[in-house]
Amino acid sequence: MQTQDGGGKARPNDKTRKREKGDVMASLIAGGVDCDVHPAVPHLTSLLPYLNDYWRDQVTTRGMVDLVSQSYPKNSPILARPDWRPEKGKPGESLEDMQRHVLDPFQLKLAICNPLYGVQMVFSEDMQAAFCRALNDWLVKEWLDRDPRLRGSIVIPTQSVEKAVAEIERCAQDRRFVQVLMLVMGDTPLGKRALWPIYEAAERLDLPVGIHAGSAYHNPPTAVGWGSYHIEDYVGQAQAFQTQLTSLIVEGVFAKYPRLKMVMLESGVSWISPYLWRLHKFWRGVRMETPWVDRAPLEIVRSNIRFSLQPFDAPPDEATLIRLFDHMQSDELVLFSTDYPHWQFDGQDALPEGLSPDLVRKIMIDNPHATYPRLI
Amino acid sequence: MNIQFREGTEAASPLTAKTAIADCDIHPARATRTELYPYLAKRWQHHLEIYGVHAYQGMMEGPPYPKAQPNASRRDAYPPEGGPQGSSLSFMQKQLLDPNNVQLGVLNPLNTGQGIRNHELSAALCSAINDWQIDKWTSKDKRLKASIVVGNEDGPSAAAEIRERAGDKNFVQVLLLSRNVEPLGQRRYWPIYQAAEEAGLPVGVHAFGFGGNPITPSGWPSYYIEEMVGHSQCQQSALASLVLEGVFERFPKLKMVMIEAGFGWAPSLAWRLDKAWQRLRSEVPHVKRPPSEYIREQVWWTTQPMEDPERREDLFDVIKWIGWDRLLFATDYPHWDYDEPSRVLPAGVSEANREAFYLGNARKLYGLD
Repeated sequence: MQTQDGGGKARPNDKTRKREKGDVMASLIAGGVDCDVHPAVPHLTSLLPYLNDYWRDQVTTRGMVDLVSQSYPKNSPILARPDWRPEKGKPGESLEDMQRHVLDPFQLKLAICNPLYGVQMVFSEDMQAAFCRALNDWLVKEWLDRDPRLRGSIVIPTQSVEKAVAEIERCAQDRRFVQVLMLVMGDTPLGKRALWPIYEAAERLDLPVGIHAGSAYHNPPTAVGWGSYHIEDYVGQAQAFQTQLTSLIVEGVFAKYPRLKMVMLESGVSWISPYLWRLHKFWRGVRMETPWVDRAPLEIVRSNIRFSLQPFDAPPDEATLIRLFDHMQSDELVLFSTDYPHWQFDGQDALPEGLSPDLVRKIMIDNPHATYPRLI
Repeated sequence: MNIQFREGTEAASPLTAKTAIADCDIHPARATRTELYPYLAKRWQHHLEIYGVHAYQGMMEGPPYPKAQPNASRRDAYPPEGGPQGSSLSFMQKQLLDPNNVQLGVLNPLNTGQGIRNHELSAALCSAINDWQIDKWTSKDKRLKASIVVGNEDGPSAAAEIRERAGDKNFVQVLLLSRNVEPLGQRRYWPIYQAAEEAGLPVGVHAFGFGGNPITPSGWPSYYIEEMVGHSQCQQSALASLVLEGVFERFPKLKMVMIEAGFGWAPSLAWRLDKAWQRLRSEVPHVKRPPSEYIREQVWWTTQPMEDPERREDLFDVIKWIGWDRLLFATDYPHWDYDEPSRVLPAGVSEANREAFYLGNARKLYGLD
């Protein structure tokens, strides 16, 4: 009997078939949707015009400083590609730079702005609600109104579910807001029932919920405690996404809200299949504990969960890439992203080598449109 | 998974004429609550009666995420003479060791002195467990080998326990759990690694433990399944910490075994570490080589619970990326998610890889060749 344990062989039905001689190299196509770009708030004072008198006064009299998250130290190499780093100010704070670096050269039709300003870190629900509201209004005025290719995500004050829902409903009136944005590490696991009104509102208003890498730092950034290093926090994002997927699936979010889509942003992708193999096995073993989970976790992920492309955390060889995409058994899971201005790739190499032209089209155009009902 | 052995099934199994295997994760249990008392000073016996163990969790007895069945163990594993599953040597021989031709069985006692806030009590209980492993198990069945259980939060006392047992052929590894007060790469645990390296013993890191940290970086989840699946995320974070703190660089002869936490995630974690290290290595200059190299050279993985892809051959890709020479077969007896040796590998594995997977890698790692 021939042994198969060498693995690594592409099968004929691979969606990501190996390029043959004469094939045009898979490359970026015009009209794509970038599902993860990050406009930066220059400073907390930039939000002052969007705060009411009370909060403006609070910010100034209390001497509040800029809300920069530990997840993104300003000068960290991953925060910005060297050629995308401005001479002064924060990477990503200038619309002209974003146009010059990503919107124009990647010939994008649309790009979804996910502001990562550290409003989630404060504990007061009142302060958080005021800052989120200001941040969302700032995004409309300083970005969405200034470039028709831009779309926005609604940043919500998760310290109060009631206020979060109110903010979703307020912003959703503007159809340029296409998703709700939460961090992967907050106060509680995301499947917890207390958060469900957020998901009810999102589903009702045609808004997928984007879960972005990052922490409110209200819990240790790993499940085994506080690590020493920035790199440790960054690597740990993938584990945080894994625990959140488990929570969302086993709490029954998608049984209750079957039309709800969630998008894992800056999550990495190479862990998805092995993680699901394990979850699936345990679910079969102890599903009596969560009988409301009415479909297998693998099916739930295929119908309701999507992942942004960058950072593509696999080695740069085609054979491995082909196997990884084949393990997913779906060409609908991945959405194009540059993660601008973060440093995930150089030049125009936003797509890993070895994707077929069909898959590139799915990732760059079809999958984002199928995921975000408000994208037009 | 939760299979039921009934009278006669072993004889009827197609694998009765079995090749020898190693089982690198067996959980021996105490038959009674006071079985360790003969190995404990009077002071600690009194202490336990009055105050209990005072762990890094809320419950005096049992886990806050109730298991799917008693003691998380197979319902058919209760010994006929009474006591919990895994507490009888003769029944373990009859149910596990003999029918599966286990040539090497590595004992990993749980619910020991680890994860306890009183570090002196922790050390006393661990030492007692180690004596008990010899008396009750390894001295009575030469196929069984023990793990040196150490008081995990007190590095110097743990190192002293390792040095005391070093050279004793009853022991083949040092045992830690994945969840501790801090990530396992932190300096407070280095005396353990130093002593293990000096003694030439691998350090096994078994999934589980209590260190007070929520089992997700977003707080405490609701269900047992989340804890179960979460162990693999804990293990990933613990391994990332070991690499990034420079433990493998500092202790180049140290070998570590990831036990019962899966292995499917290993390639992805290594790639992710490499990619981040390329960008951020100036923060961790003590990590001199790509993280994947340390992992490839110094880390082994037990197999149970085997990842279970819909297309089972997909597992071959992952095993190839890890290396067939790095996997150690384990059943997790007597726990409910036991992997049956005859069923875990898909068809189509070469004879050499099969032998390494079931026995050869373990014999080599644990110094029995």
